Amino acid sequence: MKKKLNISAALASATCALLHPYASANEMLEGWKIDTSLMYYGETDRVSAVEAVIAGQKDFGEEQLLSGKIVIDTLTGASATGAVAQLTAQTVSRPSGEGTYTVSPGETPLDDTFKDTRVQLDGQWTQPWSDVSRITTGLHLSTEHDYYSLGFNGSYAHDFYNKNTTLSAGLAYSYDVIKPEGGLPVPFATKTASINTSEDYDDNEDDESEDDDDDNDNYDNDERLGSSDNKSTVDVLFGLTQVMNRRMLMQFNLGFSEISGYSTDPYKVLSIVNEQGLTQSLVYENRPDSRTKTFAFWQTKYALDFGVVDFSYRFATDDWKVDSHTFDSRLRINLTDSSYLQPHFRYYNQSAAEFFHPFLMEGQVLPEFATADYRLGEMSAYTFGLKYGTKMDNGDELSFRLEYYQQSPKNAGFTEPGTLQDVDLYPSVKAVIAQVNYRF
Amino acid sequence: MLKKARITVAFLISTQLVGCVNLGVQPWERDLLAKEEMALDSEGNDLGLDDHIYFSKEATSGGRAFAGGGCGCN
Repeated sequence: MKKKLNISAALASATCALLHPYASANEMLEGWKIDTSLMYYGETDRVSAVEAVIAGQKDFGEEQLLSGKIVIDTLTGASATGAVAQLTAQTVSRPSGEGTYTVSPGETPLDDTFKDTRVQLDGQWTQPWSDVSRITTGLHLSTEHDYYSLGFNGSYAHDFYNKNTTLSAGLAYSYDVIKPEGGLPVPFATKTASINTSEDYDDNEDDESEDDDDDNDNYDNDERLGSSDNKSTVDVLFGLTQVMNRRMLMQFNLGFSEISGYSTDPYKVLSIVNEQGLTQSLVYENRPDSRTKTFAFWQTKYALDFGVVDFSYRFATDDWKVDSHTFDSRLRINLTDSSYLQPHFRYYNQSAAEFFHPFLMEGQVLPEFATADYRLGEMSAYTFGLKYGTKMDNGDELSFRLEYYQQSPKNAGFTEPGTLQDVDLYPSVKAVIAQVNYRF
Repeated sequence: MLKKARITVAFLISTQLVGCVNLGVQPWERDLLAKEEMALDSEGNDLGLDDHIYFSKEATSGGRAFAGGGCGCN
């Protein structure tokens, strides 16, 4: 009888939930602070991405906090392969080996099959350890068709001097599996490609046919190391947060990161060129399988009578010899009690990794490691942006952000042979970021 | 002249050190710091999205939090 009653009760509550979806949703969300965002990122002629974020936080009282985040993003468009532009057309096979695509004269070769959807889940629980300290543990999961990542993190924070000073220490571990389309390429193996002359070039060509290697005996499309590999990352982070005075707050972070495992981009190649600067072949890149990174980060926030100044600087260095400086600043200007404008400016520059080569010379001994990925080359970048936010009568907040991001890769001292002097080896990348947020 | 300069430097350093001792506020002086926009992570979603963009497009990551990867975008 009791069982019967329970079933009746369960059926009744299920029916209730079906009939009153909004009521049950409201009950579920009770006590949660939800922050939602939808962002569009679009590069001129290259990648575009749409990313949606739903982040939530629930305060269970007594400093017990649960937070979670769901991120879904989709990428489409084309990304630079690492190959150099030529004065004549180039035909290159796709990463999967299915079909080829043609690169116009003077254009930077882009892989036009760049398409992916990623889902990321994060969860975090904060719990007091004593009256003046707390611990946080978290879980991170990210999955896309050729990459999977699982991570854990934990940190301890301790307050001193009336909570004016907080010291923290954290540890994170993540395990990533890379399963590239077409398998893992052999380092420096030749990628199937034919370099057309300008006479052969047909502007309307769209060669979707299967690869034909008959005329290219030196091209090896099948040589693969396997289908997947992995990478693990250990991060250590030390933080100091200090209240300076009634208006100013500072944070200093020191971070160390140890990456071991597959760090090569399986889709990137390098051009092997002759003395005339003509591409003879394309070979797959190879990066070291370990990387040790260190960074120092300083942020300060200052409360003005009419808003907030937020400034940060980061210096990062690693054993790939990439050093970078990042300045990030935001100025919140309160227009009314419930609305604000916020200009944003960010400047970034980095030195090239020691194994960065925009191309390799024919006839020279291959280096142990090499990449032509411009993201590991010398470059500077800046971002200009503006955000407008308004708090509505019910307390919800709506905001919009529009930004412009430009990367300017530079020559890190490489001499360009022959015709490579007539093409742009370091094209700028320009992107627009548009975002809408709703917080309730 | 040099001595004068040294005294000035020593004075400046000592006042800075005294300043350090006086860092911080009393609990009743937290009115401005308690504002939502003064929290270091007040714009969590913006910062997370920015981290993702710059992690994908540049060779350095981290700073505000762990530098770790977690996606194949780089």
